[in-house]
Amino acid sequence: MTLHVVIIGAGSTGAAVAHDLTLRGYRVTVVERGEVACETTGRNHGLLHSGARYVLNDPPAARECAEDNALMRKLMPDILELNGGLFVALNEEDLSYKEAFLEACAQAGVPAEEIPIKEALRLEPNLNPRILAAVKVQDGVFDPFHFTLAFLATAKHHGAAVHTYTEVVDLVWNGRSVSGVKVRDRRDGREYAIGADLVVNAAGPWAGRIGAMAHVHIAVLPVAGTMVAVGRRWVRRVINRLCPPCDGGIIVPQRRNSVVGTTSWPVENPDYIAIPPEQVEAMLAAGEEFIPGFRSAPLRGISAAARPLLHESSQLVTADPGARGVTRGFSCFNHARDGAPGLFSIIGGKTTTSRLMAEVMGDVINEATGITNPCRTREVPLLPYHAFYV
Amino acid sequence: MRTLNLCILRGGPGRPAAYQTYRITVDEHLNILDAVQKVWATQDPTLLFRHACHHASCGLCGVRVNGRERLMCLTPIAEFPDGATVTLEPLRNFPWVGDLVVDVKPLMERMAAIQAPYVRRDELTAGGEEGTRFEDCIECGLCMSACPVVGSDSAYLGPSPLAMIKRLLEEPRGRDIRSLCLLAGDAHGAWRCHSVMECVEVCPSHVDPSQAIGWLRRYLILRGRRQPAEAQRR
Repeated sequence: MTLHVVIIGAGSTGAAVAHDLTLRGYRVTVVERGEVACETTGRNHGLLHSGARYVLNDPPAARECAEDNALMRKLMPDILELNGGLFVALNEEDLSYKEAFLEACAQAGVPAEEIPIKEALRLEPNLNPRILAAVKVQDGVFDPFHFTLAFLATAKHHGAAVHTYTEVVDLVWNGRSVSGVKVRDRRDGREYAIGADLVVNAAGPWAGRIGAMAHVHIAVLPVAGTMVAVGRRWVRRVINRLCPPCDGGIIVPQRRNSVVGTTSWPVENPDYIAIPPEQVEAMLAAGEEFIPGFRSAPLRGISAAARPLLHESSQLVTADPGARGVTRGFSCFNHARDGAPGLFSIIGGKTTTSRLMAEVMGDVINEATGITNPCRTREVPLLPYHAFYV
Repeated sequence: MRTLNLCILRGGPGRPAAYQTYRITVDEHLNILDAVQKVWATQDPTLLFRHACHHASCGLCGVRVNGRERLMCLTPIAEFPDGATVTLEPLRNFPWVGDLVVDVKPLMERMAAIQAPYVRRDELTAGGEEGTRFEDCIECGLCMSACPVVGSDSAYLGPSPLAMIKRLLEEPRGRDIRSLCLLAGDAHGAWRCHSVMECVEVCPSHVDPSQAIGWLRRYLILRGRRQPAEAQRR
């Protein structure tokens, strides 16, 4: 018997879970209240992490990024800018991290190579000539909407149904188990139920609202980050600041543009985030530190979206992700232990590792259902995103 | 802060079409897309619109702003005086899904038929070594909405698909040149364009489809691939 899974949310997480579960033989339906990737995923930086950003404060996350970076290069090469990245030291304090950084990269299996400053300036002539060190890493660039669409296109090809503009208004119960979702089609206001054997909550900053429908307390703290795009491709590679995670620590070039980010501040309602003007100014100033003249290029968009941070007040029993050291960055829950059998949640994480997150979610679901089909997302290439529409 | 009256065309298949006006106050350093999202978040959760990246990369937020095709994320609030009325309508020449949302399937089917590429050689970044970057076209559909020929001939390939064929003929990346020439040389291909230049005016992403179509015509003629007039009158 084929089990039917409803996934709530068509961000990169929900899309990757859809892909993973269809390959394991589940029947999948994705419901999304807006457009694909219209919130948290859509407004991320589009950085395919080398992993180097995390080597000092979260080595397991760094290793995961490095592994999935290498995999995504094989699985979706046609929609990635693969020009690599640089970590540059802009002052003496940055420089003081260099040795520990290089050592930590080696420890975590993140390829990194220090290059002479002269060589860095040859590769990126617009870079601040006063940089004190440069380290080459294997960053890449994607557009988050198309990244997500590639997962959904492939899931659809394997039988998944994707319903956009379809908002979950309640859960459906069979006795004490969650057995589906009640949705409202936002195009015509029609409400109907979709029955399911399992429901996966991949609603990002809105995961708490879905949890509340099952009386499961999931405290998600929405933390916003501001990014500013300018209409000039100042650099070919991703330029990271060689320092602990900080505001304005990265420039991601893409298409003809350069996107500088990011900030980090808690917001109350993730539905609408008013970006403070001083943050736009701060980001442009940060861009100027990397690239003198950065802000002379025309403004090409200001964006912010809420990242879901799981608050420790959540009364949840974490599903054991097993011995693979899969981590901190995200959490998968089987809410049977919270009194809502049939409901699962996947919260947090990074778009770079959405395939891996989905693999862990799939393992947790397999454990609950007794299905033994293994994860196949490491081998199966993703279809072109246009296939989503055809 | 600036207060605008957003006059939005609501409705869709099976729903009556009517303009609805929302009065909204937003920071003037933001864009019309932020104003629309604020309306949805604070006044009317039934409002339908498309968006993702808010920096002209995803290609989702195209609408007609005061009659002209634009990306809402690139339409500054500061362009409009305090108290102004701004009319927002969905793109033309696509099936209407509802409110500001259209079904982009007709464009995506054309791009899929071409096997439109996403990554190209990076010709514009200074510095040593070769590199790649994303193609300029973000498949937003603004040109398809603005083009009067798309409006009168539903089989016309359209400005952005033709511009994409030009890009492939320039840099084939393993594609079959002959089938691309057949598509471009078809009666509903490059010869169908009337050079109205609306696509040039509305393109938010440096594509210049009209120039590309001229380039394609020249390419087809010089290679003897112009189809007979008979075929063009089909």
